[in-house]
Amino acid sequence: MTLIESSEILGHFGPYGGRFVPEALIAALEELDAAHQSAINDAAFQSELAELHRTYTGRPSILTEAKRFAEHAGGARILLKREDLNHTGSHKINNVLGQALLTKKMGKKRIIAETGAGQHGVASATAAALMGLDCVVYMGEEDTKRQALNVARMKLLGAEVIPVTSGSRTLKDAINEAMRDWVTNVEDTHYLLGTVAGPHPFPTMVRDFHKIIGEEAREQVLALVGRLPDAVLACVGGGSNAIGIFHRFISDEGVRLIGLEAGGDGVETGRHAATITGGSPGVLHGTRSYVLQDENGQTVESHSISAGLDYPGVGPEHAYLHDIGRAEYRAITDKEAMEAFSLLSKTEGIIPAIETAHALAGAMKVGKELGPDAILLINLSGRGDKDVQTAAQYFGIPLGDEK
Amino acid sequence: MSTPLEQLFEKTRSEKRAALIAYIPAGFPTIEGSHRIIEAFVEGGVDAIEIGFPYSDPVMDGPTIQEAAVTALNNGTSATDVLDALEVAVKTGTPSVVMTYWNPIEKFGVEKFAQAISDRGGSGVIHPDITIEESAPWLRATQLSAINPIYVVALSTSDERLAKVTSACSGFVYAASIMGVTGARASVSSGAEGLVARIRKTTDLPVAVGLGVSTREQARGVAAYADGVIVGSAFVKAILDAPSFEDGLKAITSLARELSLGVRGQ
Repeated sequence: MTLIESSEILGHFGPYGGRFVPEALIAALEELDAAHQSAINDAAFQSELAELHRTYTGRPSILTEAKRFAEHAGGARILLKREDLNHTGSHKINNVLGQALLTKKMGKKRIIAETGAGQHGVASATAAALMGLDCVVYMGEEDTKRQALNVARMKLLGAEVIPVTSGSRTLKDAINEAMRDWVTNVEDTHYLLGTVAGPHPFPTMVRDFHKIIGEEAREQVLALVGRLPDAVLACVGGGSNAIGIFHRFISDEGVRLIGLEAGGDGVETGRHAATITGGSPGVLHGTRSYVLQDENGQTVESHSISAGLDYPGVGPEHAYLHDIGRAEYRAITDKEAMEAFSLLSKTEGIIPAIETAHALAGAMKVGKELGPDAILLINLSGRGDKDVQTAAQYFGIPLGDEK
Repeated sequence: MSTPLEQLFEKTRSEKRAALIAYIPAGFPTIEGSHRIIEAFVEGGVDAIEIGFPYSDPVMDGPTIQEAAVTALNNGTSATDVLDALEVAVKTGTPSVVMTYWNPIEKFGVEKFAQAISDRGGSGVIHPDITIEESAPWLRATQLSAINPIYVVALSTSDERLAKVTSACSGFVYAASIMGVTGARASVSSGAEGLVARIRKTTDLPVAVGLGVSTREQARGVAAYADGVIVGSAFVKAILDAPSFEDGLKAITSLARELSLGVRGQ
C-alpha cells in the first residue's frame, strides 16, 4: 500500500510520468526536486530569474498579428507569440536560465545537455558562458551534420560538443549518452534536460520554467482582442514549448489546446515522429508516456525533417492531456510543414524554425475549420536561421555561389 | 519454496565462498551463439547465469554491452528468444535470471512476464531502472509467480533508501560497485566494500557486486566481502575480441575458470 501511495506523489500525470531510472540517479533527482521546490517559494531566486529574463532573454516576448499569413488560414486571426525573438532564438532559453541558476544553487560546476536541432544545446552553452559553468553537449552525429551551424555556435560559446555515434545517432541517443555521463559524474554535474520528458522532477520543473510563455500570451491576447483565443497551437516533439504556452490555458475550458506532431513522410508510412498520434504507452528515458516502440518494447527510430521534433517519446503531461481529452494532437507531414515555413517567410517576413512550421501548418488547417471569426494563438517557438541550409536544399535554392 | 538462486547462495555461503554470476545478452552474437556461450559458461564453472534482454536504449550500459545489444537486436532477438535462452541456461542445472530494462517487461505484460520467467524455470529478474516507487504491480506479479525481483543499488543510495529497496528485493541485492555504466575497469572501486557493509545493515539477503569486474584478482578481492561476483562486459569482450567464435567460446570458458578460482579466494 505504501508503495502505491508514495507513487502518487512522485510527479505523476494520471498513469504517466514517474521515475524509471538507475538507483544511482535517485539522490541527484531528489536533490534537484528539493532545489526546484525551494526555488518556487524563494522570492530572491524568482526575482533573479525575472531580472535575467528582462535584461538578457528579452522578455516579455511580443505578440505579432500575422494578417497576410491569415489569408491562408481561413481568414482566422493569427496571433504569434514571438519566442523566436528571445536571446538564442527560441523558447529554450527560459528553461535553461532557470536550471542553470538551480545548478549554481546546488553548488555544481558542470552542466551536460542533449540537443537535437541544437537550440537547446546553444541555449545551454549560452547559460553556461553567462554563469561560468563547464558545459558538455551531446548531439547525435546525424544531427551534427544537419545542424552544423549550431555546432559551431556552441563551440564559439565555449562548450564541448560530443557527437553521439550509438543507436540512431539522433536526439534519443544523445539523451542516452547524457544519462550515462550523468550516472558517472552526478556528484559535480547537473543534467540540464531540455524538454518536459525524463524522470521526475524534469517534466514538472521544465514546464514551470516555460509556463511564462502562456502567462504572458494570455494577458497579451486579452489586451489585444478583449477575449481568450479559440485555440492555442504549438509544435510537439518532447513538448516543452507546447506545455509552456498551454499551461496557463488548461483551466480555460473553452480554449482548445492543439499540439502538432511531426508526421514525417506520413504517419501511415511508419516514417514519422508523431508519438501520441502513432505510438503507444510505454517507458522511455525515465518516464512513462507515449513511445514509438515495436512489439518487444524496443524504441523505434523516429523520422522528421525537423531535428528538434525527431524524438520517439513525448512529455508525460501531454500523454495525460491527450487521454483526458483536454488537448488534441495531430500530425503534420514534412511537406505540410515546409509549405507553412515558406508561406510565413513570404507573407510575414518571419523565417520560422522548421519545428515551429509544424504549428503554423496546423494553424492553416484549424483556421480553415473554424473560419474568420476564430482567434488562434500560435507559439512561434523558434527562428529558422539554423534551418536555412535544410530549407535551401529542400526548395532547391543553390548555396555557396550567387547565381 | 525457495528459488534455485536462493538455494545456490545457501550453498556458497556454507562453502564460505562467493558465487560467480555470468552475464550474456540473448541473441549475441547470434541467437544460437548465445546458447553456446551459456554452455561455455557452465563448462567454465559459473554458479549462476544472467541472460540479458537486449534493449534499444540501455542507459546503464557502457560501449561493450551496447555493442552486443545492437548486434542482438539486429539479429531480431525477441522476448521469446530471451525466454528460450533462459530455458537453455536453466536446463544445464544452473540457477538463472533475466536482466532487463523495464519497458520490455511492460510491453510484454507485467504479470505475464513474471509468469513466463517462472514457467521457463528462471529464478528471477534483475531490473536496473525500475524504482521501488513504481514497483507495486511488479512486486505483486513476482510474488504471484514466486520469482525473485532483484534491485540494483548504488554508492549514492542513502541508508534510508537502501532499507526500502532491500526490503522489496529477494534472491540477492545487486550492488553497483561504481558510479557509472557497465564495463571492465582496471580496478574495482574501493567504495564497493563500504556499500556492501551498508547493505548488510539493512538485510540478510546475499549481496552480489557488479560493474567493472573482469579478472581473477578482482573477483578474489570482491569475494572477500560479497556473496556474489557479477561479470558481464569481460565475457562479451572475450567474444568481440576473438578471431573466431570458436576461439571466443574457449576464451569464455577459460575466463570463467579463472574467475571461479577467484570467487573461492584462490
